[in-house]
Amino acid sequence: MKKKNLLQRSIIIGIVTLAGLYIVIGPHGRRPHLKDLTLSGIKANLAQNIHLGLDLKGGSHLVMRVKVEEFFKKLTEESAIAAQIAAKEAGFDVKEAHAETSGENYRVVLQVADPSKSQEIRDAVEKKADLSDRVGWSFSSSGDTLIWSLTGTAQRTLAESATDQAMKIIDTRINAVGVTEPTLARHGGQNSHQILLQMPGIQDPERVKELLKGQSHLELVHVISPPSPAPHQTYSSEEEAIVSLNSGGRIPPNRRVMLYTERAELTGQDANANAPPPKKWVVIESPAIIDGAQLRSATANQSRAGADEYEIDFSLKQAGAQKFGEWTGANINEYMGVVLDDQVKSIAFIKGQIFDSGQITGRFSKQSADDLALTLRSGALPAPIEYQEERTVGPSLGADSIRSGVRASLLGLALVVFFMLIYYRGSGVNAVVALLLNMVLMMAGLIIFGATLTLPGIAGMILTIGMAVDSNVLIFERIREELRSGKTIPSAIDQGFARAFVTIIDTHVTTIVSSLFLYAFGAGPIRGFAVTLVLGLLVNLFSAVYVSRTIFMWLLSRKGRRVESISI
Amino acid sequence: MRFTFNDFMFQLFKDVRVDWLGKRRFFIGISIVLMLAGMGTALYRHKFHPNGTEAFNLGVDFKGGTVVTARFKQPPSPEAIRAAIHSAGLSDATIQPVLNKPGEFLIRVPHQGFEASDTQESQAGVDAARAKVKKALNSFGPEAEPTRSLEEDTKAAYKIEGTDAVGQVASKQLRNQAIAVTIAALVGMLLFIAFRFEWTYGAAAVIAVFHTVLVTLGLFSIFQIEINLTVIAALLTLVGFDVNDSIVIFDRIRENRKLYRRMSLYDVTNLSINQTLSRTVITSGLVFLSVVALVLLGGETLRPFSLALLMGIMFGTYDTIAVAGPIMVWWEKKIAAANKVPATNARETGLKPGRGPASGERPRNSVGKPSQAA
Repeated sequence: MKKKNLLQRSIIIGIVTLAGLYIVIGPHGRRPHLKDLTLSGIKANLAQNIHLGLDLKGGSHLVMRVKVEEFFKKLTEESAIAAQIAAKEAGFDVKEAHAETSGENYRVVLQVADPSKSQEIRDAVEKKADLSDRVGWSFSSSGDTLIWSLTGTAQRTLAESATDQAMKIIDTRINAVGVTEPTLARHGGQNSHQILLQMPGIQDPERVKELLKGQSHLELVHVISPPSPAPHQTYSSEEEAIVSLNSGGRIPPNRRVMLYTERAELTGQDANANAPPPKKWVVIESPAIIDGAQLRSATANQSRAGADEYEIDFSLKQAGAQKFGEWTGANINEYMGVVLDDQVKSIAFIKGQIFDSGQITGRFSKQSADDLALTLRSGALPAPIEYQEERTVGPSLGADSIRSGVRASLLGLALVVFFMLIYYRGSGVNAVVALLLNMVLMMAGLIIFGATLTLPGIAGMILTIGMAVDSNVLIFERIREELRSGKTIPSAIDQGFARAFVTIIDTHVTTIVSSLFLYAFGAGPIRGFAVTLVLGLLVNLFSAVYVSRTIFMWLLSRKGRRVESISI
Repeated sequence: MRFTFNDFMFQLFKDVRVDWLGKRRFFIGISIVLMLAGMGTALYRHKFHPNGTEAFNLGVDFKGGTVVTARFKQPPSPEAIRAAIHSAGLSDATIQPVLNKPGEFLIRVPHQGFEASDTQESQAGVDAARAKVKKALNSFGPEAEPTRSLEEDTKAAYKIEGTDAVGQVASKQLRNQAIAVTIAALVGMLLFIAFRFEWTYGAAAVIAVFHTVLVTLGLFSIFQIEINLTVIAALLTLVGFDVNDSIVIFDRIRENRKLYRRMSLYDVTNLSINQTLSRTVITSGLVFLSVVALVLLGGETLRPFSLALLMGIMFGTYDTIAVAGPIMVWWEKKIAAANKVPATNARETGLKPGRGPASGERPRNSVGKPSQAA
């Protein structure tokens, strides 16, 4: 029974150790061969498996700029529509409304039918459309024209907050895509609207760059078309679409003309799928029914089982769902479109009231669907961003600082090993074996989680080692106590482990519980920290308790039941 | 404390009998003095800024600074540049070589302490940083004329191609979040310890951890040691490490209370601290040794991190015996006393915060050991 137990334990330990070693020094993503066993092969694999942080290895240095002018332009356009609607709702006749941008001037222009009512119209508009001077719009009027211009002060404040918001979204995205230990900071003076991002060497920097840049502005819109069963109305050119509006070649503020990138499968057989589909335009109503700010979740899913095509399923928050539900309920058989970054992605007619979910279809690959879902979840960027500078930088720590940091960490480790061997002698060997295994498994875990190793990270690992030894100290001290109280060696070991185990579980679970709180309430680096901590604790339970115990069992079984001495 | 060496084992402590709880006034006094000193310094610095200091010396992670881009004709080694920059008094600067543009370096200089917004270096600060970097780099030869490029100016050794203010890396949001999650983690601990032991044990352990974090932060304020993101990580680590000691002792108390039913909680606690003393000293000693190695040999970069760990480990070990034990015993005693008096008074007595029971005034009971405090 005991023998069998010992064998079973040894096999488990052997498998875990080999798996850990393979993860740390084995090749990933290809078949191993003999060269992997040479010293240079091991070094090469190790370098590939462990990602080093900016301080140890460097990475890419990107400066991006938030195009705040696009943000103002959009704000002005939306305000013009809102102003027109507000005036009409208050019962005033509006001849024309539009947004004007020239240089750094952003103006909402409203031409009214009855100039004598301008004050009343102004009041009505400012009440509803958020165009008051409190939020930075200064009013002026001449004749039948009412003008609101965005003041310089308001531009500065808005640009600042747009940049901050963009930075927050980039932060979320970079964390979600799994880049660890990046540096993200504002760059340049007050009016540069730049963001500096440094990230350690990653697999696919181009993909990350695209993903960060993705604006991901989602809208659900009403498509202007005769209702179903008539097919939805499309136009073969932008001009044709504008002509259909009958408004003298201008697009009125409550309409938008957009490119419709039709799904390829509608055009016919798969053979034609590679040919670009004919371009089509549609007219949609502005403003959108709801936009991406109302999104609760977005996930990438396979369109059909077995197909290599993906779609994005999304659901809406409560407020958005209610608005959407009301609108769809009132517009059965009308056409609705999903707009992503100012392009209509799909159009469908409304069969019945829809409340809180929808799809974005299209021929997405898994990667692009995943990336799109991720950026949708992180929220839309307030304005597009552009990359202005790109550099590859070396480590931020000098070779000498790295050397002294690593040397000090190794010295710390050596001190622990030395003490354990002197103080616990034979059993110290046991503890040291557990420690080394602990390090290998810890490394393997960090590699699996894609963690990035920095110099403080290395120092932290040494600290974890110091704590890991605590479990062995607890056990050994307990065994000594039991021996002193006159127990036989096997029963002292049994008792020592059993008693110390209660304590070890209590200490470990307490820290795991607090790490769960860190994980639940923290974000980014704090979550990473919690994961590392829990990983270290689990590894420690295995190496210090399970492995140590097995080594003692093996020692006892070799010596037989009547052991007379033990080195502890 | 004898150091004995017998036939088959080294023994650090054998049969120690120290009345730790008897010294609780002394211990708690030290703790209160340390906490007050730290908080007082932080408040004083926050209000009066002696020598231009703030409550805490926040590093470039929190305050931002300037990035100076310099290009060299004959690029020196990064180490040589680092040495030149450091000897010009910019000890916290980081130097990154630009690998895809040979000869170019990014030199990040911390906040120069001019009037600036909370998160962004002002223009004056950027100019001051540029001037300091220029002075340092002049040891490699003159800078190119402002109007000429590095290639055109034959005498020049380098040229500063650009200076940009950089904001804080750790947003205020992250800073607040670090505080919030630490408190959340402490609450988690409290709940779990209350579930496994008693809620008084949980409260005592959490107060002890909180005390250590406060004392460590206080010392960082007193000595104006730079606080950066790694220090925050160190503090989070300490929270986990610190509570371990308390649990080891509580665990022993729980076990001993079953073994020695007649013994008072006071004596059981002393006994348990003494029984686990070897383990406490060995574990803390080992961690302490490896952290001392980091402090002494780990270099400038790791120093704030390793100092935070060093202080935390010292006080973390101390607080278990000096803070967690006495608070737990005192609280349990209050509850036991409250249970003995009539129910109407029980609430009041049991929940009243403040001083411990004055010795002699309280009736002797089976849990507390009276007249020790005298």
